Amino acid sequence: MTFESHEYDVVVVGAGGAGLRAAIEASRQGAKTAIICKSLLGKAHTVMAEGGAAAALGNADDRDSWETHFKDTMKGGKYLNNWRMAQIHAQESADRIRELEQWGAVFDRTPQGLINQRNFGGHTYPRLAHVGDSTGLEIIRTLQEKGIHSGVDIFMEYTVSHLLQSDDGTCTGCVAYNRVDGAMHAFSSKSLVLATGGITRCWSVCSASWEYTGDGHALALNAGAELIDMEFVQFHPTGMVWPTSVRGILVTEGVRGEGGVLKNSEGVRFMFDYVPDMFKGDHAETEEESTEWVRQVVAGEIATVRRPPELLTRDVVAKAINKEVAEGRGSTHGGAYLDIASQRTPEEIIAKLPSMYHQFKELAGVDITKEPMEVGPTAHYVMGGVRVDAESQESTIAGLFAAGEVASGLHGANRLGGNSLSDLIVFGKRAGEHAAKRATEVEQPKLDNTDIEAAIAANLAPLAREGGENPGKVYDDLRNMMQDKVGIIRKEAELESALDDLKGFATRVGKTNPGSSMIYNSGWHQVLDLVNMVDISIACALAALTRTESRGGHTREDHPEPDKGRWSHTTNVIYKKDGNIVISQEELSQPPAELEKLLDRTKKEDEK
Amino acid sequence: MTDVKMSIFRGEEGEGEMVDYTIGLDEGMVLLDCIHRIQHEQEAELSCRWNCKAGKCGSCSAEINGKPRLMCMTRMSDIIEETPEDEIITVRPMKAFPHIKDLVTDVSWNYEMAKAVVPLKGPEETDWVFSQFEAERAQEFRKCIECFICQDTCHVLREYRKFDEFGGPRTMVRLANFEMHPMDQEDRIPEAKDEFGIGYCNITKCCTDVCPAGINITDNAIIPLKERVVDRYYDPIKMIWHKITGQKLRT
Repeated sequence: MTFESHEYDVVVVGAGGAGLRAAIEASRQGAKTAIICKSLLGKAHTVMAEGGAAAALGNADDRDSWETHFKDTMKGGKYLNNWRMAQIHAQESADRIRELEQWGAVFDRTPQGLINQRNFGGHTYPRLAHVGDSTGLEIIRTLQEKGIHSGVDIFMEYTVSHLLQSDDGTCTGCVAYNRVDGAMHAFSSKSLVLATGGITRCWSVCSASWEYTGDGHALALNAGAELIDMEFVQFHPTGMVWPTSVRGILVTEGVRGEGGVLKNSEGVRFMFDYVPDMFKGDHAETEEESTEWVRQVVAGEIATVRRPPELLTRDVVAKAINKEVAEGRGSTHGGAYLDIASQRTPEEIIAKLPSMYHQFKELAGVDITKEPMEVGPTAHYVMGGVRVDAESQESTIAGLFAAGEVASGLHGANRLGGNSLSDLIVFGKRAGEHAAKRATEVEQPKLDNTDIEAAIAANLAPLAREGGENPGKVYDDLRNMMQDKVGIIRKEAELESALDDLKGFATRVGKTNPGSSMIYNSGWHQVLDLVNMVDISIACALAALTRTESRGGHTREDHPEPDKGRWSHTTNVIYKKDGNIVISQEELSQPPAELEKLLDRTKKEDEK
Repeated sequence: MTDVKMSIFRGEEGEGEMVDYTIGLDEGMVLLDCIHRIQHEQEAELSCRWNCKAGKCGSCSAEINGKPRLMCMTRMSDIIEETPEDEIITVRPMKAFPHIKDLVTDVSWNYEMAKAVVPLKGPEETDWVFSQFEAERAQEFRKCIECFICQDTCHVLREYRKFDEFGGPRTMVRLANFEMHPMDQEDRIPEAKDEFGIGYCNITKCCTDVCPAGINITDNAIIPLKERVVDRYYDPIKMIWHKITGQKLRT
């Protein structure tokens, strides 16, 4: 089959916040830049982010500082973070937010007319710049408009299927197919930035769109790059649970940031009973104290009492809801009740949480200004991903960069809400900058037609199959299996069984029949995505099996406590060896003394 | 589980036919769930766009029973209720745009329009100060999810095909966003009149009626822009004011 060739200094794969920010920066540095994205521009997963972007602007509470943001991020990540990424993120996010404002983002304001900031789980002070509960839309639209006026070429509805490499392994470009007409394209690039987002489509209850099939993770893995922290998957505590067809759709943490409380079927605010030792003393211990905190925040005062326990980190809240349901105190449809109606006026709820109001009204027939919502955990985010250099975001493969959710390190074992949107713009910019810099130092790669033709043949193979399963069936079965065996609570036998099952899924994927059309054939696209989903599910299950402790977004029923020994300072590294996905462990780098003293590890050391 | 029947347009580049499908229905399902069920159980090749499945991304626009709307926010219980008993539920692609396949259309013209609008031009200094009240005037327009349902509905585009002369409601919303932005220093009025043909809109409010983001397109975006165009180009006193001062006269 013929293909069209393209040459760029920098190719960015993905057009969410990280991809757009990387492309804007690369182009600003003078690089000839292209974005390749699976969907139409502006539809990437960033659009679904709700609560806000964390940055220590100090507008809503001037006690905030980058040092506190750093401390909160490390603590939320259970100290498995890449300390240097956490430092860069905390130091640079405020400037990245200010820059968005100048590019057209209209954030909600403080009474003084500055960018307002809201409270979120794990953040000591109100820190999230936001627009109601649709901050992701604001950020992606702003970056999209900046991007189209930055001279970036955009290949919409193209999927990158293979990376191209020189003999020494350097990334030299990629092969992509146009989803609309099935045409094949080869891109030569001096630098390639993966900004493909996450993997949570591998679970049946998730908050992700169809795009989240781990493409970037799999491309990197197959190119020989290392993935780290793949066992850490964030199950967001509050997804919709009913009706079944909307199960998993996100309910923003902003509901709790605005004062929403969690109750079980007995009407008990159960989060008071789930405060882990490492957070003891940080949160309100009575309903009165919680109520007073909400009153102060609503009145625009500086909070002098402690925040409600509903604002504990996401891993803690998700596991608490899971336990309440397991012990028979769940809501009618198997979740918990999230109640904002009893805490704020209908006018305030509609002003602060407009999209939640509409989402529940239109999809569940529930009026959240009058009734509680039913919520439960939903696969939301993967902390693990491509191992990158903290400064440049370059992976362990020369010329291959990664930014945003596909990259790993910043969030450790658990990501704080609001730290994702800021991650995108901080490290998107850095990836674009360093990708452009590399482009000034290397020659335009000459592509090898043999590799391109092999990639194209692999892409076209499913269309030639006679008979076979509908890929949708394999897709549904894979997601149900991952939900059952590699879900929020894991155990050894189930993880081993999942790894066994995944071998079977790899075989089944190879025999699916998506029909023969090349024109916008969703079934064909799904088969190619499924190949990635299987690889990444193996990586996740293997890492989860290996880590014999519970920490952040990884909980083992057979090892329920955090390990005070080896696992508290050890990282799982996943890579391919002789075609197989394998794992090894590495000692985690520890922060230098001047940063160490910012952390409150003492409580961690006391942790039982 | 009950069954529901619906008729979906199948074909390429406008050529094709309505094909009937029977789908098992669970409580709370939306129309997009039915499309997915057909893809996974009957017809892997059936084409549609979708992303968030929560009314936030604007990908899954289609004409359901002849009315443009988002498939992900259309509950089957409502559709069954609105469809007369002797009729079948119909799902067609957006009519205003060139057809690609099944429910997918070529919406690239909208992206060309987006690129043609001059971006925000604000002061160089950071930490802009403006009130929540001022913010909200622009924020209403920034809620747009770019589903292009307003464009599909607007008869100037849909029936009269004025794609070369008129930017459509989405473009007017974008212009209004900048025009009402408290820090924008660019003059948007000549753009609205000459580049994007705001005069073509005869304020029938069809766009406002179908907007899934609830933006009051006609009253809050188009009419104020039209008034400013009239003031600038057709009101002699304000024309002179603008000539002398070079300033926008906020009305």
